Order: sequence, then structure tokens, then C-alpha cells
Amino acid sequence: MLESSVLFSLRLSFQVAAVATFFIIVVGVTVAYFLAQRNFKGKEMLDMLFTLPLVLPPTVTGYYLIILFGRNGLIGKQIYEWTGWSIMFTWYAAVLASFVVALPLMIKTTRAAIESIDKNLINASYTLGHSEFETTVKVILPLAKRGIMAGTVLSFARALGEFGATLMLAGNIPGKTDTMPLAIYSLAGSGEWSQANCMVILLTLMSGFFLYFANRYSKRFI
Amino acid sequence: MGLSVRLKKKVNGFVLDVAWEIGNELAVLFGCSGAGKSMTLQMIAGLLIPDDGFVRIGKTMMFDESRSINVPPQQRNLGYVFQDLALFPHMTALDNILYGSNGMCKLEKRERAKEMIDAFHIEGLEKKYPAELSGGQKQRIAFARALMRRPEVLLLDEPFSALDNPLRTEMRRFLRDIKNRFDVPVVFVTHDLTEAFTVAETLIVYSSGKVIQTGTPKDVLDNPLNSEVELLVNTTPYFLNLTNR
Repeated sequence: MLESSVLFSLRLSFQVAAVATFFIIVVGVTVAYFLAQRNFKGKEMLDMLFTLPLVLPPTVTGYYLIILFGRNGLIGKQIYEWTGWSIMFTWYAAVLASFVVALPLMIKTTRAAIESIDKNLINASYTLGHSEFETTVKVILPLAKRGIMAGTVLSFARALGEFGATLMLAGNIPGKTDTMPLAIYSLAGSGEWSQANCMVILLTLMSGFFLYFANRYSKRFI
Repeated sequence: MGLSVRLKKKVNGFVLDVAWEIGNELAVLFGCSGAGKSMTLQMIAGLLIPDDGFVRIGKTMMFDESRSINVPPQQRNLGYVFQDLALFPHMTALDNILYGSNGMCKLEKRERAKEMIDAFHIEGLEKKYPAELSGGQKQRIAFARALMRRPEVLLLDEPFSALDNPLRTEMRRFLRDIKNRFDVPVVFVTHDLTEAFTVAETLIVYSSGKVIQTGTPKDVLDNPLNSEVELLVNTTPYFLNLTNR
């Protein structure tokens, strides 16, 4: 019943969301740690910068990403001159778009989780002879586990549903960059309702499942 | 063995300015809440940096503003028992104790842990998590953890405040045993008068960021230096007033 194009979109969506989530965990936890544990100038500005994609229209986020990573963009131009390759209109662009849009969810939940840890537990670890790194690995991250898990699930769900920024950056190329949300847009535009219905139901069910999962992991940080 | 400090610190309008020295004894920092007692402990441990002064543990200078010495808390070999005990909720009792054994070899870790389990009567609780333990049991584990790495000084920040009265009395007796058994100078912070007088060998009386008298409990009680000390250590007039009314 499922056509190969539907299966392709499904597989691509998961691939994009999984790769984006991997980078979100690495970057998100690191950024959240510094925002929660350190005091430095411009800290709240940095937090704001990372949170902006949460409230900006994804098309605006996508626009900024084009300015940065487009073939003539600030960073994209350098990459193109070196390698002759541009991220634009590849599935990597979909990963980049999903990463930027979903990252704030990870940072918010993880920062809240780390900040809610009793400061004395961290101090106790120091007085027991453990370095900051050991304390992070053995005390802070395990105690922030629920927040990190919730952030991971939410980010994955958000990455799976990413549309606007992906459209700007990766385009909507059938068989190449059409993730599920983009495919639904095309199918609805050309009146292919049965396939659109199928994808809409699939995406709704999966998102519902992820939210349920995130809620089970953490009621405190959402 | 011993501990010598001179500490100055200004925080949000509060000024702490104290200097005292103890030998291998059980010293009590006594005073009202907000007098700067806990802050003193944090500065001894290196968790808070003084504006000026020094901290010397044994023969080692841990902090000296004039010589820009500031040993990080990890390298100041001291035991710290926090008011809320700060046991790691995601570790078992045994793992909490073993967490204090950084730098020991495997064999030494095991032997020292066994020694602590015996000394603090923790047998049978090793695999339990803090949430499954009673107040008194948690207390003993916090002490075992703090003493695991053979600290040169033991800092106690109102560790008994969460216990009910009979248990507090028992823990005070227990504290003297610890002091004798592990032969370590102890600095004990409390705002409880009875507690201060029952456990102290030396009493250091704090008021608004200053030390207003130092001496044995008997000294302080018999010869209060001024009316402020008298007010702090002598509750009798208050009770007399009540009965006279």
C-alpha cells in the first residue's frame, strides 16, 4: 500500500532526525552545562541566541542559515572555495536546519535539569577530591539524566517535524530532500490525498508517541 | 595537626572578619544563624574564596592572599559533612563511601571501606540508596564518606539539625568517639546552645561576622567577656523573667 516515495520520505526523515539529534545531544548538553554552571559575560545573550529559533518563524531561521551557509554565504563561501561542495539542497542541509531549530529544546530542558541539582552535591564531590570533569561525569550528568532524556526525545520529535527551515535550505527535491513534512506539502498541493493522509496519520502517531515518552521520562522539565 | 585561619570577606553588605586557631581538638563555632559560621567552613574548604587572610591546615598553607596561594578544594584534604548531608541520591551507600576514596589503589579502597563500614555500623546497608535510609543511617554514611580519605580536619555544618532529639543526643556522643578514634581536629558549626556546650572542647562564639569570645565551654559560661556573649550563652534570665511574670 505504501509507495516507494512514501517509504523514502519516511526513511529520510528518520535519518535526518537521528543525525541531527546526535549533534544536538553533544552540543546541547555542553552548552547547557556552561550556561548552568558558569558565570561569564554575555551568558544570557548566548542563551537568547540559542533560544531564538524556538520563537522565530522557521523560514527566518532558514534565511539566516542561507546567509551563513549558502554558496555565497559567510561560511558557505569558504567551504565552496576549498572543496567545491555546498551544503545547500543536500540532505545534510536538512540535518543542519533540524539541528538549529530543535537545539533550544535540548538546551532548555538540560539547563533546567542541571540548575535544579543541589549545589551541595557538587561541592561535596569537590571536597571528596574529584575534579570538575569527574564531578560532571559522575554526579551532574547522572542527576540531570531525566532532563537530558526528555530533551533528546523532544528534539528528535521536533527534528522529525521540521519544515520551514528545511524548505529554505534543502529545498523540496523529490527523492533527495523531501522529508515527510515536505512530501506532505507536495502531495497536498497536487491533490494526492490518499498518500498525504497516510503520511499525516503516521507523523501524528509518531509525534504523539514521542510526547508520551518524553512525559514519562520527565514531568518536571517540560 | 591543627587549623589556623584569618578570614575577611564582604558579601552583599555582610562583613566576615575572623581569626582563630585550634589544635587537635573538637572546636564548636557557635552563634546565631547568619553570624558567618557556615561561610567560615566554606572558606576553609575552598568552596568560597576570602577577600583577604589565610587558611592553614596542619603545616600546609591552603590559602594566603598575600602570597597568592589558593589550593583548590579537591586538593585540600578535609572531610566536610553538609547540613543536608549531600549524599549522592543515585549511588548506593557503599558507592557514596567509595566516592571519597579518590587516589587510593583498589586494595586500599576495599580495606578502608570495610574499616569505615565497621566503625560506623553500616553492615547490611551497603546496597541501599539514600532514599531508603533513615536519618541516622544517612548521617553515619555521610560521616564515613567524609572520613574515607583520612582528612586532616573534619568540618561539620550543623549535621544533626535534621534529627529528632533522642537521636541527636546519641549522635553527639558518637561524635566524641569519632574524634578519639580518628584523631582528627573537628570544627563543628551549630546554633544550638545545648549542642554547643555538650560537644565542645573549645568554643568559638560568633556574632555578626566576628568572633566575640573563645575558650572552653566552662570559661565562656562562667566568664562571658561582654553582655553580648552573656546574652547568647545564658538563657536563664529569659526563663526567670517568664516565671516571674
